[in-house]
Amino acid sequence: MAKTVVLQRKPLSLSERTYLPQIVTGLKTTFSNMFKEKVTLQYPEEKPSIPKNFRGVPTLVKDPNGREKCVSCQLCEFVCPPKAIRITPGSVPEDEEDREHVEKAPQEFEINMLRCIYCGYCQEVCPEEAIFLQDEYSTSGYSREEMINNKAKLYELGGTLPDQHYKWDKKKIAEEEGNAH
Amino acid sequence: MFDLEMLLMLGLKVLFALLMIGAVMTMAGYSVLAERKVSAWMQGRVGPNRTVLPLVGSIPIVGKFMKGLGIFQPLADGLKFLFKEEMIPGHVNKFYYNLAPIVALVPALTTMTVLPFGEFFTENGESIPLMLANLEVGILFVLAVSSLGVYGIVLAGWSSNSKYPFLGGIRSSAQMISYELAMGLSLLPVFLWVSVPGTGAMGLSLVDIVNSQSQSPWLLFVQPLSALIFLIALFAETNRLPFDMPESETDLVGGFHTEYGGFKFGIFFVAEYAHIVVGSAIFTIVFLGGWHFLPWMSDPWPATWIGSLIGVGWFLAKTIFLIFFFIWIRWTLPRFRYDQVMNLGWTKLLPLALLNLIFYVLLVTWLDQPPA
Repeated sequence: MAKTVVLQRKPLSLSERTYLPQIVTGLKTTFSNMFKEKVTLQYPEEKPSIPKNFRGVPTLVKDPNGREKCVSCQLCEFVCPPKAIRITPGSVPEDEEDREHVEKAPQEFEINMLRCIYCGYCQEVCPEEAIFLQDEYSTSGYSREEMINNKAKLYELGGTLPDQHYKWDKKKIAEEEGNAH
Repeated sequence: MFDLEMLLMLGLKVLFALLMIGAVMTMAGYSVLAERKVSAWMQGRVGPNRTVLPLVGSIPIVGKFMKGLGIFQPLADGLKFLFKEEMIPGHVNKFYYNLAPIVALVPALTTMTVLPFGEFFTENGESIPLMLANLEVGILFVLAVSSLGVYGIVLAGWSSNSKYPFLGGIRSSAQMISYELAMGLSLLPVFLWVSVPGTGAMGLSLVDIVNSQSQSPWLLFVQPLSALIFLIALFAETNRLPFDMPESETDLVGGFHTEYGGFKFGIFFVAEYAHIVVGSAIFTIVFLGGWHFLPWMSDPWPATWIGSLIGVGWFLAKTIFLIFFFIWIRWTLPRFRYDQVMNLGWTKLLPLALLNLIFYVLLVTWLDQPPA
């Protein structure tokens, strides 16, 4: 064990015992602080920069061709710990040509922002990469109903994100050429 | 009964008094703003910069600048206090509870009647000090009345009938008694120095003190120790940090004003700052040469109304610097513990003030010896 060394404190000098030189030093410090750059962020006008992996409000996204990515598998609804997500499944209309190889799409998709805990499980579990927690962090409303984001609102918030896979195009090709994998 | 001239005089006096109250209260209000702004700047923040008046704020550059400085903030704060609900807790002694804010504010506003803040030159070159009442014993009056302010705090603490205000009141009275002595003793050498034997000059008049500092060193340089003791005692008397025992929000919630809200709290708040304004003015008068220019120099401005205006401005500038100094100290030093405050007052400042007095008594006696 290391031996404890007791430091001998030097007795204070007379000027130190008056505290006055120390007070003057302190005054200098605070005075120079007055002219330093301010750290305040003028909030509503200036927004903080949001990091890439920020978990904001969950949103639904479309692929770069403007197609709805969600296939209404309801995995996010199952995984959601506070049960904030409610999906009403529906089918893709027959006449939509660029989505004809998928069967399902959500008829209604609701996320209750009063329940949501921003855990990001929905984004993690989504096989279609259709739901993302993006950089929007300030939501407010005057009623409980207003705080439930419906499908239209979710797509409005989500917009379009770049797609790595174009899974649907691959599916289409696979369907046409007869090789599923 | 009343002749017209006397009535006119009376009216003028009332008008002057109102003007003076207006000036001091405005300065008190803006010291609150200064406190917020300076503390913000010292902590790397911006401070109040949102409040704006509809028309004034839309002036191109000036309006934006004033908004950024928070010039309109005191107005908003005052209005907020005015429109808040006047809560009177059920457990208080209502009469004294209501009386306390008044007792706190009145001494601060009374002391300013004897504060000279400039001089006016008549046509034949005589100078008349600008003040509401030219008392021969000005400083005695100030010392006597300003200490009455503590009664407001003690009354508030006692009538609130609650432990934290009570402790605040006790601390405040103990502190006031301890520092009052040192304050009075630190001022005595000043009057010894100023009153010249044989000329019959009344040494207790504030005007004489100011005029003794024109073309000669300020009393700050003649008696630095007196100035220091007086300044420390002034901080204690105005309940400012590092001596804000009665308030000490970290250990006493809000101290004496814990049970107060709305406009009554606002009055306490303004009274504190009015004390600071008046205290700064007194320090300026006694130790910083009042409205006179730099030490060892005669006033460079002409002996006309322009000169007296500049003099008043110069006086105000010194006072405002001291107010800034009060704020500056507040955001630099931590609060003393209660026993440290007592220790400093009784075992350090009081003996030091006594020694200082004895030294200057001997010195003045030696200097005043008629040449043999």
